Amino acid sequence: MQTELFINGRVHRLDADARVTLLDALRHHLGLTGTKKGCDHGQCGACTVLVDGRRVNACLTLACMCDGAEITTIEGLGEPGALSPLQSAFIAHDGFQCGYCTPGQICSATAMMDEIAAGWPSHATEDLNAPVRPSPEEIRERMSGNLCRCACYPNIVDAIMEVQG
Amino acid sequence: MREFQYSRATSVADAVASGATFIAGGTNLLDLMKHEIAVPGRVVDISRLDLDRIEPEGEGLRIGALVRNSDLAADHRVRQSYPVLSRALLAGASGQLRNMATTGGNLLQRTRCPYFYDTAMPCNKREPGAGCSAIGGVNRMNAVLGVSDQCIAAHPSDMAVAMMALDAVVEVEGASGTRRIPITEFYRLPGDTPHMETALDRGDLITAVLLPAPKGGEHRYRKVRDRASYAFALVSVAAVVRMEGGVIADAALAFGGLAPMPWRVSAAEDALQGQPPSPALFDRAADLVLSGAQPQEDNAFKLPMARRVLAATLADACRMEDPQ
Repeated sequence: MQTELFINGRVHRLDADARVTLLDALRHHLGLTGTKKGCDHGQCGACTVLVDGRRVNACLTLACMCDGAEITTIEGLGEPGALSPLQSAFIAHDGFQCGYCTPGQICSATAMMDEIAAGWPSHATEDLNAPVRPSPEEIRERMSGNLCRCACYPNIVDAIMEVQG
Repeated sequence: MREFQYSRATSVADAVASGATFIAGGTNLLDLMKHEIAVPGRVVDISRLDLDRIEPEGEGLRIGALVRNSDLAADHRVRQSYPVLSRALLAGASGQLRNMATTGGNLLQRTRCPYFYDTAMPCNKREPGAGCSAIGGVNRMNAVLGVSDQCIAAHPSDMAVAMMALDAVVEVEGASGTRRIPITEFYRLPGDTPHMETALDRGDLITAVLLPAPKGGEHRYRKVRDRASYAFALVSVAAVVRMEGGVIADAALAFGGLAPMPWRVSAAEDALQGQPPSPALFDRAADLVLSGAQPQEDNAFKLPMARRVLAATLADACRMEDPQ
């Protein structure tokens, strides 16, 4: 399958079996190993990337289905010396121990903040028709698709709350 | 994952004619393909078809089959006029999965029965005639209503439970043209053919879900699960209740986690109609919902749990000050 992906502002051409997931394409075919493989079944969130601005599990998407899509991975959010606000906040708040889930957490949180800005409600939202008020409860609910086996959840919530304000 | 041929549908007619397995969000299908539970030879990608809009239709709403769960939950018309649907969607899966999962795909998601997923164990749904490992096995998450001696798998969807309470209609395009199937007739009980789950035939493509005119009233979706978020229901209930002059004018109730399909019992709704809300009334409704239940050792807890969830949901929907 010939697939064209626009990743972190650069075009990548991929010629791979149709079975290759977006996650395996990023890691094994394109050398972008910032995105992590945890469960490979959409349960842990370690592989979260942005496809056309939306957070998705890269393990449950075929690369060929993303032909023409704009993809942002952790490498596209920031780099040493030019970290994104969330990346800096995760460091400041000690939002990780082993760090394996962190790229997924940060990609997920980046898009989650856009969802809040767009006024999307969540399971934790009291009034479906009122503006969303960011709170630790809202963050915890909205980030439930990202597991952290080191259980750094309190610090992750603090980091996101600092940026979310 | 087994090898398959991938192509992209250019039209609904093209997809229907292919007779292949359709992929849209992929959140359930790709998982099943990785486990080699689903082994399609041909996969047709329908995700770029023009079926991703929510539009008014009559006094109701037409939800394209490719509308993502997150977009449907956030749609202002749904939030205002069908809030039970927003609530059910937001109670399901994760932010990432809701961004991928589609309306049509959600209706067709397969059970999460652990034996359906464990290819080393017999499962009649996966391999007709093989036997059911859940009966007498680990069956905490399994169904207690509508089951058969061949299968006790529960339907996993939250969205479909709300759609059941809203009297949704599923629009299907197939070899013989367009059909509109009320959601009450869309799912099949397992009986002797637990591998046949819906009224769909090979090649059929869900194109939309139609919601009738808003029913008004109070909308509630209450879900009990093992974790506070991102877990399948042990028991859930969708309730749309309209009060008039201190009595329940009408009530629509649908349950998740209890049966092989979203479960609706009209006798229980009829029993509520015209009555002032009370704990005794809710208990009588629960009797009617749960009559004929066939619990197993691990999932018998769902019966008292469903009773309590129903009572709490109705008390809330009827705005009772102190249900005790």
